[in-house]
Amino acid sequence: MTTDLTRATAAELADLLGAGSVSSREVTRALLDRTAAVDGAVRSYLHVDEDGALAAADDVDRRRAAGEELHALAGVPIAVKDVMATRGLPTTCGSRILEGWVPPYDATVVRRLREAGMPILGKTNMDEFAMGSSTEHSAFGPSHNPWDLDRIPGGSGGGSSSVVASFQAPLAIGTDTGGSIRQPAAVTGTVGTKPTYGGVSRYGLVALASSLDQAGPCSRTVLDSALLHEVIAGHDPMDSTSVDAPVPAVVEAARRADVSGMRIGIVRELTGEGFQPGVQARFDEAVQHLVDAGAEVVEVSCPSFTYALAAYYLILPSEASSNLAKFDAMRYGLRVTPDGIDAPSAEQVMAATRDAGFGDEVKRRIILGTYALSSGYYDAYYGSAQKVRRLIADDFAAAFETADVLVTPTAPTTAFRLGDKLDDPMAMYLNDIATIPANLAGIPGLSLPSGLADEDGLPAGFQVLAPAMADERLYSVGAALEARLAAAWGGPLLDRAPDLTEVSR
Amino acid sequence: MSTTTGERTLSFDEALASFDPVMGLEVHVELGTNTKMFCGCPTEFGAEPNTQVCPVCLGLPGALPVVNAVAVESAIRIGLALNCSIAEWCRFARKNYFYPDMPKNFQTSQYDEPIAFDGYLDVELEDGSTFRVEIERAHMEEDTGKSLHVGGATGRIHGATHSLVDYNRAGIPLIEIVTKPIVATREKAPEVAKAYVATLRDLLKAMDVSDVKMEQGSMRCDVNLSLMPRDGDTFGTRTETKNVNSLRSVERAVRYEIGRHAAVLTDGGSITQETRHWHEDTGITTSGRVKSDAEDYRYFPEPDLVPVAPSRETVEALRATLPEPPAARRKRLQADWGYSDLEMRDVVNAGLVELVEDTVAAGASPAAARKWWSGEIARRANTEGEDVPSYAARLGVTPAHVVELEGLVTSGRLNDSMARQAWEGVLDGEGTPTAVADARGLELVQDTGALESAVDAVIAANPDVAAKIRDGKVQAVGALIGQVMREMKGQADAGAARAIILERLGQA
Repeated sequence: MTTDLTRATAAELADLLGAGSVSSREVTRALLDRTAAVDGAVRSYLHVDEDGALAAADDVDRRRAAGEELHALAGVPIAVKDVMATRGLPTTCGSRILEGWVPPYDATVVRRLREAGMPILGKTNMDEFAMGSSTEHSAFGPSHNPWDLDRIPGGSGGGSSSVVASFQAPLAIGTDTGGSIRQPAAVTGTVGTKPTYGGVSRYGLVALASSLDQAGPCSRTVLDSALLHEVIAGHDPMDSTSVDAPVPAVVEAARRADVSGMRIGIVRELTGEGFQPGVQARFDEAVQHLVDAGAEVVEVSCPSFTYALAAYYLILPSEASSNLAKFDAMRYGLRVTPDGIDAPSAEQVMAATRDAGFGDEVKRRIILGTYALSSGYYDAYYGSAQKVRRLIADDFAAAFETADVLVTPTAPTTAFRLGDKLDDPMAMYLNDIATIPANLAGIPGLSLPSGLADEDGLPAGFQVLAPAMADERLYSVGAALEARLAAAWGGPLLDRAPDLTEVSR
Repeated sequence: MSTTTGERTLSFDEALASFDPVMGLEVHVELGTNTKMFCGCPTEFGAEPNTQVCPVCLGLPGALPVVNAVAVESAIRIGLALNCSIAEWCRFARKNYFYPDMPKNFQTSQYDEPIAFDGYLDVELEDGSTFRVEIERAHMEEDTGKSLHVGGATGRIHGATHSLVDYNRAGIPLIEIVTKPIVATREKAPEVAKAYVATLRDLLKAMDVSDVKMEQGSMRCDVNLSLMPRDGDTFGTRTETKNVNSLRSVERAVRYEIGRHAAVLTDGGSITQETRHWHEDTGITTSGRVKSDAEDYRYFPEPDLVPVAPSRETVEALRATLPEPPAARRKRLQADWGYSDLEMRDVVNAGLVELVEDTVAAGASPAAARKWWSGEIARRANTEGEDVPSYAARLGVTPAHVVELEGLVTSGRLNDSMARQAWEGVLDGEGTPTAVADARGLELVQDTGALESAVDAVIAANPDVAAKIRDGKVQAVGALIGQVMREMKGQADAGAARAIILERLGQA
């Protein structure tokens, strides 16, 4: 067991805290100090809540000293993506338009974290309103990849991926609309899960695309993600789309790490061409590890996946154009009075505010969605996209007839350089080719590191997909693979990442 | 735009000579649920601004709607009462447009999948005939907030220096009931429109789903109207008149728009498709915003809500909770009470149906119930500007008083004029009819000796009249009865007096 509290996993911290070997204040202090040391370079956080985190830590320590029965993760600190409403803490979604807004309520996920006694360290950076794959669309500047600070940490949840990869937090909350938890995990050598749609409440998650959004865990190990998954999952009467069913036994599955007899399906359409050779090589090796662990490999075909990206980029902007209409300067957030207009009307203030408050990518998608929903175009665009969505779900259903889980590389490439794809939206969008189908079908997916690509020495991601509400299978496969890879590497992959204290000093 | 002088209109008769009106009525009803459509905020009318709000109905980032199950039940019951089919599966949709009193800048409504569709409502007209209004759909939606424009002369947005918004109303559950085009009403169009809204109001009130107070806006009517050439078959361009918030206004607005459309068309002009504002004070409409068919609300299914899929068992269970329709109930009661059409209409128009029903149930005859509730008390209530039921409630006058009063008459203690005095005493707060009769000494004289002496005295004083009666002119007896009653200071039974006179004069 490591002695550096910042490098300890959440499971290890839970044990130390439970045994009384360390206090939550010590852990929280160590992580805040780490942030002070490295976040000037990594820029994972938009807002650090030192006072709030320490107060929460002290509260847990007091309750533990008083002999109260506490949650297993009580006292383990966590970072939260800035798209989740946090009472008393700024929530900007990476946008100027929400600058200064402090929600009067907690998202259900946040409430559950607080109820479990987990100190909230701060709010992590993201592409504006979760639109992007690099955090370069954050109005407050990008986050950086701890493996190479000139590279992207993935997106939209690049703050949450880099915060765990740079040892500023053992755990973080991410949200995943088309891959925003899994792709950042892949390019930073960390673990992230998008649960089944409806498995985790969306109440308080500022919506990008309501039918695709799902909050989930970010961590450095598969078990840690499972532990966090269990805290935040479960039915919420405040979210009509929340599934009213028992939470899958994810922690048990992660601990057993058993894949013997499991049928692993390789999706023909999401392998080979278009994937970076080093990413593909690590993927192939990982599959072999699973075979060695007793799994059986089958090949499946999902022909409709060809249309997934096109459908996604109609459904997402359509829903987003409506979800983002509420940002109008009337009740909260930014208000811009237009220049050169005497006594402007409400509509003129709305227009000036939205012009100044939204970034280019947000405007691009609002315009796309407004167009796609317009009378006369609805059937051709939104209507057709919904049909594709149905076909993709059918493809998954058929694939899960012959396979218990499906596996793919999480992203086609390793982390690209900051600025490389900023002027090429299509190239940026293609990054999510392997992650988007799961969002369209509402099924769960997990990404874990498969190693470093030979070409650039950067982390590659391995994605596991399971049928809806069979999230535990992700953790069985993930934990089994993680154990074999760690054994082969002689330790966690992140041990090979640069020591950032050197860089930032 | 002036709101006091209207545009040129043709007289109603002139307009109807050349054109047939086509109407479409859209009625918004605020449901009387305890909480809002998609959150747990209270719905009480008249609270301090912005005190009945939460993250959901304020549209705060991240908040999500949850459907009010009671509102869905009310919607289904309304659909059933309007003889509609109930959808087996339907969704909410987002109606997207920007307006400051709409917290999310979309209204959660239903679009192409209403909860109830294809029904009808039969309405009775003054001539006793029945007109069937076809219902296109009834769908669920949420209300918007309320804008208050400050600093201008009119309270309208034009000329205001700033606006305030009260979101207490945002998210109140609404049912919008839309008729199919109402055709072939001709000169009865205004009456049909009013009768439809009145019948709908009575029905919803009887169902206890809304307080249907048009003056408070819990029931609001928009009137779509167009004209087509007399006996034509192609609808003309329509206008949508908003803010028609009383029964009388419904009738007047239809009448006004018919005259206005007719004037425009007769002058060779064309009608602009637009919304119009109804001005109750001046009785005219003025132009609102131009509404083209191209207005695009970008409807799409609300992804934050799951479909509403009421089971057929649920629908049937709700059907069983429907009260008897007001029209059928009135027919049944009229037959039970033996009232003429005119008597029944008077009772209905005076709002006395429930009181009469309660009074009959308490043991009074239907005739007595009608007589006492529509007499002196109605006159006094009218003077006070109140309806009889609330006036009676305020005075503490009950059906039991009427029953007691009738009992005093049938037992022979009081005659009709004494009973009226007793009733006035009750209304003056002097106590029960018996207490009033006791206190005022109201009692028919039962002593036949006194009555016989009085009769003899009157016959002696009127020999001419007595002679006529002896000769067979029995109808002249009335003059003598009146004198006997005066002699007895009113405390005699007129029937007994008549019998004795006739006996004395050989006509018994």
